[in-house]
Amino acid sequence: MASKKRTIRTIPQERTPAREQPPAERIRNFTEVNCGYLEADALVEAERCLMCDDKPCVPGCPVAINIPEFIRKIGEKDYRGAYDVIAETNLLPAICGRVCPQETQCEVVCTVADTLEPVAIGRLERFVGDRAIAGRWARVPYIEPTGFRVGIVGSGPAGIACAADLAKAGCAVTVFEAFHEPGGVLRYGIPDFRLPNEVIDAEIENLRKLGVRFECNTLVGRLFTIEQMLNEMGFHAVFIGTGAGYPSMMGVPGESLAGVLSANELLTRCNLMRARDFPQYDTPIPLGKQVAVVGAGNTAMDAMRVCLRLGAEKVHCIYRRSRTEAPARVEEVHHAEEEGIEFHWLTAPVEVLDDGKGNVRALRCIKMELGEPDDSGRRRPIPIKGSEFEFVTDQVVFAIGTHANPIIGQTSKLKLNKRGYIEADENLATSIAGVYAGGDIVTGAATVILAMGAGRKAARSIREYLGIRDPSQPYDPGADAVFGIATSERNFGRLRVAATPTMATAAP
Amino acid sequence: MTVHTDSPFDIVAREDYSDVTYMLEVRHPLMARAAKPGQFVVVMLQQHGERIPLTIADFDRDKGTITLVVQAVGKTTREMQRSCRVGSRLHAMVGPMGLPSPIGHAKKVVCVGGGLGVAPVFPQARAYKESGAYVIGVLGFRTKQLVFWEEKFRSVCDELILCTDDGSTGIKGLVTEGIKLAMEQHQDIDEVVAIGPPIMMKASAATTRPRGIKTVVSLNPIMVDGTGMCGGCRVRVGGEVKFACVDGPDFDGHKVDFDDLMMRLRRFTAEEKVALERWSESCRLVDATDAWVTKLMTEGER
Repeated sequence: MASKKRTIRTIPQERTPAREQPPAERIRNFTEVNCGYLEADALVEAERCLMCDDKPCVPGCPVAINIPEFIRKIGEKDYRGAYDVIAETNLLPAICGRVCPQETQCEVVCTVADTLEPVAIGRLERFVGDRAIAGRWARVPYIEPTGFRVGIVGSGPAGIACAADLAKAGCAVTVFEAFHEPGGVLRYGIPDFRLPNEVIDAEIENLRKLGVRFECNTLVGRLFTIEQMLNEMGFHAVFIGTGAGYPSMMGVPGESLAGVLSANELLTRCNLMRARDFPQYDTPIPLGKQVAVVGAGNTAMDAMRVCLRLGAEKVHCIYRRSRTEAPARVEEVHHAEEEGIEFHWLTAPVEVLDDGKGNVRALRCIKMELGEPDDSGRRRPIPIKGSEFEFVTDQVVFAIGTHANPIIGQTSKLKLNKRGYIEADENLATSIAGVYAGGDIVTGAATVILAMGAGRKAARSIREYLGIRDPSQPYDPGADAVFGIATSERNFGRLRVAATPTMATAAP
Repeated sequence: MTVHTDSPFDIVAREDYSDVTYMLEVRHPLMARAAKPGQFVVVMLQQHGERIPLTIADFDRDKGTITLVVQAVGKTTREMQRSCRVGSRLHAMVGPMGLPSPIGHAKKVVCVGGGLGVAPVFPQARAYKESGAYVIGVLGFRTKQLVFWEEKFRSVCDELILCTDDGSTGIKGLVTEGIKLAMEQHQDIDEVVAIGPPIMMKASAATTRPRGIKTVVSLNPIMVDGTGMCGGCRVRVGGEVKFACVDGPDFDGHKVDFDDLMMRLRRFTAEEKVALERWSESCRLVDATDAWVTKLMTEGER
């Protein structure tokens, strides 16, 4: 299809909107808010890519997808071809197309964005990802087994991203998950109306096709330790991606009342345990009429929108700073507002009041004002004396962040930092040789795509540690090399490793 | 060490101790190897089921099994009572969870079990016996017919005090009477381990408080994941919030806020009632259909 060169004047000027369920309708169901592109939408949006020479979007993407190439394939209606282009570097397009903050990554640097709204790369990626799921496409490359076994702890975004890369590099990968279904925060945390479970199932199925094994119902640390994985179970390397997920409470009086819970508990009951379908499913969930959610991060937004869909009459957001400091993505706050969430900025809870029967009657709050910036660079909220007031509510959800999960720390000799997170260097190596860690358990609570990025970075480090080299990359073993192999590489001890039964059977 | 973590949690033995108490032995070799006294598992009976925590009542490293003693009190535990047979399997079982009980250097220990706490206190009694301590068992039952594991306890206890509500065997009264008796006879008790319903653990802690005997209790609040992620199992201990699943389940009984625990156990009373009624109704229908089919078949044979 030889067409004349596109210019900023010839491309469609308006960014193609994604179809969305109208707010009044969607707050009554758990179906996805953003319905994605139809084929016609995708073709129009694909026309907007200038196919420019410098492709700033590619380095903008944390996994460097060849974006113009897959958009070109969409333009040619070769959707399978577009999928193959994406799958070269990203096996989870349907998830990333939905949850990546493209507006700060590939789209912000788009050449079109200099003059117009950028190409909707995320929506196009999702379009391809959804087509792939519908068509049950999988791109299983030729994989040469290396004989190395890698254990991955946690099947959340960091774990599955790491698993995908290592499986493609020829490692036998086993992913351990404590819950009865894989997916981690994608499953229990992100609600169906943002990321449907079927999408997670499909993407995990693709990992299985690559040879990744998922072992659910396995609590690493307690069932066996990280040290045992290396010393007894025959894993040559381990990646830990267990997430943060030990919810903080505020420590205000009345937190034990029925109807007070963490956002994690609310979301887990609703998403993973399907409490929204109680009593068809056995897990119950507290249902308030007037719900107050404390916090204004992405988790708080999810919790509020879940409460609406569970049937709350009114959902309020209580946040001690102002809108400018709210950590949630602008789009999430916007969606919440559209759905009728009421925001109470510069307000902090001081006490949960009971009705005398162990239930919540009200939340006593205090007004705040902003003072000087604190360590995080955000202006510190200061209580205004005498401004306390009662806020009528029958359910309080705390979404004020998480601490490090203590289990791995309790059961291994891994070095932790002061706050209980695992210490890892710039290559994500921990204090134990062969053990790598990434995602929230290293950085503290962050985003899905950062965790995926960490998983991929760790996969690179593990490949290097095991001595699996990428022939397209120059290899520099450093000055201390012996026979051209860096002494830090596992490869260096390959003769010894090959003597173990696992290696012997895998040897050609 | 081989990994069999995706083993299907087969039930290899079952025994009924009363019309509400039953024992299940579940195959899980890896867990049997890892389990220590004081730890628990989270169990899911079926795909639509809820996740419930159950204390590990025993583990057999040679047979590769985990023993659970369950009281049928709610929908899930009654459904388990009805459907768990030898040869059937659980949908999921994960563990061992929680910090193992610290088996210290105590010379003389009283192990107290009441109601659903009788079985879980057994591994602790055995561990103390193995550590060389003098172990006094105090077990509480409603009546003589409900007594179980008496011989099992006698094999690890130097003394065993049975308490029944009606005095049909052992001494008449609650376990607190048994604790008092042990305290009268022994001035040198180092530690008391009490496991059972919250009200029993509260009373046990109150009994030992005047003498200042270290009293360890095992808390069993409502949980979802059991890995520290949901915070549903938070309890107040010494004025601080702790998560029973990862900071416990064992805590200093003199510091636990039992009223707070009991209040939190009632969080879902209304929902529990709905689930139980709905399930009982479905069972009644199934039973009625079964009876009807049997009747038709016998009539047909005639």
